[in-house]
Amino acid sequence: MTAQTDDELWSAIADPSRRRVLDLLVTNGEVSASWLAGRVPFSRQAVSKHLVALERAGFISRRKQGREVLYQVQAGRLDQAARAMADLAAQWDLRLGAIKRLAEAAHAQSEKGDRRDG
Amino acid sequence: MPGLMIDREILIEAPVEVVWRTITEPDQVSQWFADRVELVIEPGAHGYMEFGDQGGPVVVEVVDPPTRFSFRWNYPPGEEPVAGNSMLVEFTLTPEGDERTHLRVTESGHELRAWPDAEKQRYAGEHQEGWGEFLDRLVTVLAKRQSG
Repeated sequence: MTAQTDDELWSAIADPSRRRVLDLLVTNGEVSASWLAGRVPFSRQAVSKHLVALERAGFISRRKQGREVLYQVQAGRLDQAARAMADLAAQWDLRLGAIKRLAEAAHAQSEKGDRRDG
Repeated sequence: MPGLMIDREILIEAPVEVVWRTITEPDQVSQWFADRVELVIEPGAHGYMEFGDQGGPVVVEVVDPPTRFSFRWNYPPGEEPVAGNSMLVEFTLTPEGDERTHLRVTESGHELRAWPDAEKQRYAGEHQEGWGEFLDRLVTVLAKRQSG
């Protein structure tokens, strides 16, 4: 996954109100913008703005049904984001593990040195 | 701090000063982080990290030996990294007695982009969940719903 894609993903879910919209879509399936607007403490316009951002990042898709537009989550994209996040966390775990080994080795080395000197 | 992306920790059997040197001295950093490390440990200092054929500039933010060290990276070329256009990596070292150190690393960023202060404060308290947990939970909920 490229840095560019990561950036798009993280920007899309960086905003907590956007995460709330995504959360509602995941929990409730296919719903309309007005339905969402009735369940969040922000305006209908804000909901529309968030839906556009989520759709642009590929997290949701839309479909017209009669006079309504319905939105639903794209499971593949969500999976991809969760995996990317898990990869990042795993990368830091590897780095922390390496720091631990280096620091503990350096400490053991200096203690041996102290004993020799003393 | 709410909205953190990555938050990991580890317990190290070494004094805090030793761990501090491991995470800040360039010849040490090159052993656990990047292949090539150009780093001056001073607030505001510009450095560089190279990973194989990739790499990028970093800017040191906080240097508070031996307990806090942070830098910003992943920012647009030609721009100075600030909150909103970059990722912030923060190390926090907590001595546990003379021989042990608790090391925590967080990587966060882009949270502050494009949303106003009032909104930030309103949601800060409600969203203690990390991004990893958030996404994992959504994936689980979705899988359950789709199979049910």
